[in-house]
Amino acid sequence: MATLTLAAALTSGLRHALEDDPKVVVMGEDVGRLGGVFRVTDGLQKDFGPDRVMDTPLAESGIVGTAVGLCYRGYRPVVEIQFDGFVFPAFDQLVTQVAKLHYRTRGAVRVPLTVRIPYGGGIGAVEHHSESPEAYFTHTSGLRVVTCSNPQDAHTMLRQAIACDDPVVFFEPKRRYWTKGEVDTDAPLDDVPMEQARVVTRGDDVTLVTYGPLVATAVDAALAAREDGIGIEVLDLRSLSPVDLATVEESVRHTGRLVITHEAQQHGGLGAEIAASITERCFFHLEQPPARVTGFDVPYPAAKLEEHFLPDVDRILDAVDRVLGRQNSLTGWKG
Amino acid sequence: MGRRSLAVVPWPDIGQWCLELHKSDGAAMERNMLRQDVSRTAVRTSADHRVPVTDRTPQEPPLRVSPGAEPAGPPDDVLQLLTPEGVRRSHADLDDWVADVGDDELAALYEDMVVVRRLDLEATALQRQGELGLWPPLLGQEAAQVGSARALRRDDFVFSSYRENAVAYCRGVDLTDLVRVWRGTTASGWDPFAVGMATPTIIIGAQTLHATGYAMGCVKDGADSVAVAYFGDGATSEGDVNEAMVFAATFRAPVVFFCQNNQFAISEPVGLVAVRPLADRAPGFGIPSLRVDGNDVLAVTAATRIALDRARRGEGPTFIEAVTYRRGPHTTSDDPTRYVDPAVAEEWCAKDPILRVERLLESRGRLTAELTAAVTEHADAAAAEMRRGCLGLEAPPPLSVFDHVYTAPTSWLERQKSQYAAYLAMFEEA
Repeated sequence: MATLTLAAALTSGLRHALEDDPKVVVMGEDVGRLGGVFRVTDGLQKDFGPDRVMDTPLAESGIVGTAVGLCYRGYRPVVEIQFDGFVFPAFDQLVTQVAKLHYRTRGAVRVPLTVRIPYGGGIGAVEHHSESPEAYFTHTSGLRVVTCSNPQDAHTMLRQAIACDDPVVFFEPKRRYWTKGEVDTDAPLDDVPMEQARVVTRGDDVTLVTYGPLVATAVDAALAAREDGIGIEVLDLRSLSPVDLATVEESVRHTGRLVITHEAQQHGGLGAEIAASITERCFFHLEQPPARVTGFDVPYPAAKLEEHFLPDVDRILDAVDRVLGRQNSLTGWKG
Repeated sequence: MGRRSLAVVPWPDIGQWCLELHKSDGAAMERNMLRQDVSRTAVRTSADHRVPVTDRTPQEPPLRVSPGAEPAGPPDDVLQLLTPEGVRRSHADLDDWVADVGDDELAALYEDMVVVRRLDLEATALQRQGELGLWPPLLGQEAAQVGSARALRRDDFVFSSYRENAVAYCRGVDLTDLVRVWRGTTASGWDPFAVGMATPTIIIGAQTLHATGYAMGCVKDGADSVAVAYFGDGATSEGDVNEAMVFAATFRAPVVFFCQNNQFAISEPVGLVAVRPLADRAPGFGIPSLRVDGNDVLAVTAATRIALDRARRGEGPTFIEAVTYRRGPHTTSDDPTRYVDPAVAEEWCAKDPILRVERLLESRGRLTAELTAAVTEHADAAAAEMRRGCLGLEAPPPLSVFDHVYTAPTSWLERQKSQYAAYLAMFEEA
């Protein structure tokens, strides 16, 4: 066991993957000499050489498109998209090629590609540096979409993603890069499947579903609620496509109340999908309609406004009050 | 209408100008398209490399297409070894590359072209008869496709667009697999690794990046295999094609960018995407280029071999512009009478890629009755085989819609599949 930041745990995961499989290559903007703008690839080019850790031209479609060609050649590329808002030039390759090649060719072509994307806000950044574009990808059949919330998951899930024969979009919660935690870098990869959700805190009253950067926020909310005698069961989805609905359903059948929170905008987001699916599966176990606490349906705002955009402990607890039928901000609201 | 130059056309009006030319004077259109397609040399280069450079003196006063642009050259400035009249021309830079193409080899190329034209016509007929949903005819582009594809080795790898059915034929794709996707029974036709050719991407230009990445992999593996990206004139304006050239140049990837300039992107003339010859773009990326008569199977073969040789030597990518003409519609859903000038089409008929080989064979006494009979028989048999295969293609079972989304069955898709099976079963029980 070692104490690592989430970023260092990712670096360690990449290092393991590069050591374990000579077909693994890392590519992206500034990932080589600089070690990435968040230093996640720090030291890798020095140790594995520029053939395996490649600085690429600034062209996201080019990065993903050439990675597809490397897959045809038997490689297992791990590409870094520098920031969430920079992925869109590669959107075409991801949606029209990466997601579909295996289906299109009836299994002849595998695309064991991992696309790492630092995502989410809360770091006071300029436009295109704080977004949560996961729903674009969870809507795309053929992609797997995962995210981590702690150093151990960062390490293990990244290795699982790289080992996966399907394309995986791996979202990294950039504001948690510096969160420290114990990491067992020798933990077996097949202990907990990548697509399995994790129960973070046990609770009997409300199921609080979240992922990535808001897991820590949700835990804070659960601790605060405990002081009021309310038991919140926090679920860390980890996998956003597929979603481990069975685990969510089991929890909701127990608590009867569901709150979903994510940074991404509400409309058409994961919260909608989970609320709908859980309503379909266990409507009669719900005591109240599910509630969502999300970013507003606006473009990601300027840094001085992001505290209003981003869900926080108080907004989550307000929704918890709502599903419990307690006094909350919408009590008596006539909008 | 007299010859016009781009120099007199206001910059934003080029597209409209091209369309007007279409309406008014097809021959002038073609001449002018060729005008803007040429530059001083047939072989374009920006650095020291093995591609021969032809130095020609422009036959006309230089025309400026934009501030700082280089003068254009004569309209026939494409590499050519075989004229439309069937005359074998000598070209010091190219002859060695086809020195092994004797009469027998020429007859084989002829046979390939006749067969693929026959297959193409058969597929068009199958579409007209309602057996295929769609077909993208390659009529007129046989030499560009056969000449390049036959220059490849088995361990080279092709990434193409959707019109390269002659390339697929040359790679050994099963004839039924050629039409499978167009009948709609599968999303693509064949196993790429069995024939060394990816199934087409329909997204224009996307495959050029795949080819470049594949070629980067060849370098890592120490292999001397080459990736070949086929794309059209229209694709050259896509970002992916330009990104592919950036990556290929900087990583010195063994990739051949084979651009079939067939003059049209559906209805849009090449002048809408390029005010200079397409081959002129590549040197700006650090990629030497060749501009070749795409209807001349010998010149195409020579150009492709030059490019492959450079790639195998570790000298990186080459761009080939094969100047040809799409004589059919974009697809069977298209109506080219709305935008094609019949006079231009007529001119290109005279430049037919098969006719000129026939003439050459005839002049050498090789176009015998036996040869034509054998070739016709082969073409008819191939067409019949493809038709039989096509008609035998049945819709796949309903639940196969769930197959191969991921590399292994997944619980959540199995759930959807199971629910849909229950739904279907309801009708069977009724």
